Amino acid sequence: MEVPILKQGAVLIATFQAALSDADLNQLRSALVQQVVRFRSRGVIVDVTAMDVMDSFASRTLREIAHIIRLRGAETVIVGIQPEVAFAMVQLGLTLEGVATALDLEEGLAYLNQKFKTMK
Amino acid sequence: MAKRDESSELLRELVAHLRQNRTQLREEWVGRISETRLLTAMTKEEIFAEATSVYDSYVEALETETFEALQAYARNLSERIIPRGVETHEVVGIVLLLRDVLARSLFAKYQTDFKKLNRILDAYEPAANRIANTVAVGFVQERERVIRQQQEAIRELSTPVLQVRERLLILPIIGVIDPQRARQLTEQLLRGIRTNRAKVVVIDITGVAAMDVTVANHLVQTVEASRLLGATVIVTGLSPEIAQTLVTIGVDLGKMNTVGDLQGGIEQAERLLGYKVAALIEPS
Repeated sequence: MEVPILKQGAVLIATFQAALSDADLNQLRSALVQQVVRFRSRGVIVDVTAMDVMDSFASRTLREIAHIIRLRGAETVIVGIQPEVAFAMVQLGLTLEGVATALDLEEGLAYLNQKFKTMK
Repeated sequence: MAKRDESSELLRELVAHLRQNRTQLREEWVGRISETRLLTAMTKEEIFAEATSVYDSYVEALETETFEALQAYARNLSERIIPRGVETHEVVGIVLLLRDVLARSLFAKYQTDFKKLNRILDAYEPAANRIANTVAVGFVQERERVIRQQQEAIRELSTPVLQVRERLLILPIIGVIDPQRARQLTEQLLRGIRTNRAKVVVIDITGVAAMDVTVANHLVQTVEASRLLGATVIVTGLSPEIAQTLVTIGVDLGKMNTVGDLQGGIEQAERLLGYKVAALIEPS
């Protein structure tokens, strides 16, 4: 299942649907990098609101996405992690260290706009 | 006559005797209760009323050889007397006293026929012991249920998540944190962050005397989970002992924002949120 990626100005928004296979996650990583290059995006928001469980593969993939995208000079924000998912993640030691997070799409966009101002 | 039939026959005889002498035996029992100073939390009238019910339930259990009704009665009785401060040893005590009073009356009645007395006791004793057991266990189970209920209430009352500014939550923690409470705290906080769209949370642990390594880890996890929801956590009020615990378990203090006291924590939170607090009237 392909993850839809929408463009909003200098920001790309990828919205997870419920269950994503490892293949889907790999596909997303490639797609996001390609589109960041193509549109010269400055920010990426990955919206995981619909995700009710986060395993170590997904967590690692998200960190890799953020890392690769930073190498292109863009900032990634993960938004919409649910309280139950957050709790389960930290218990497994999946802290998404080094990756910016925000409560929801609105907050994610606000964060990126703030970042863009300071990056100018 | 088969052993089982003989036993039931004897029990019937026994029950008849207990019913016939109900008034006298009950009085004797109540007297023994006062003598041994049990049920001091209850008045004489209350003891008499309960004694009557207990006696009748006791005899009925002997007669029917079933104990469900007695179990239900025991729990019901416990529900009423536990708030009055009646203790486990008192309940076990009075049931054993009743057993003794009834046994003595059997000795008296069958003293001339030792063989029969033995057979009657063979029927009576297992039933009487089962009754004592049922009542005691019923009482203890009710007590445990009340304790669990109270613990739950205390837990809920003692972890308020308070919004003091837009996007700013305070979680003052007071008392003992066990792993269960720590978990509940985290869940409540994360829900609060989402509901109030908080960007900063101040967790104040001034009121926490001590924290073991397990709970310290829970605190770290709470900070990390809050970050995943986009909120920054400031921990205030760390005692020297708790600070030591955190250092010992190797908490990366670079990851945890700490400030000395609650006031300082709120001031820093306000700065993070871009608030500025100024007096309306300049002090002269």
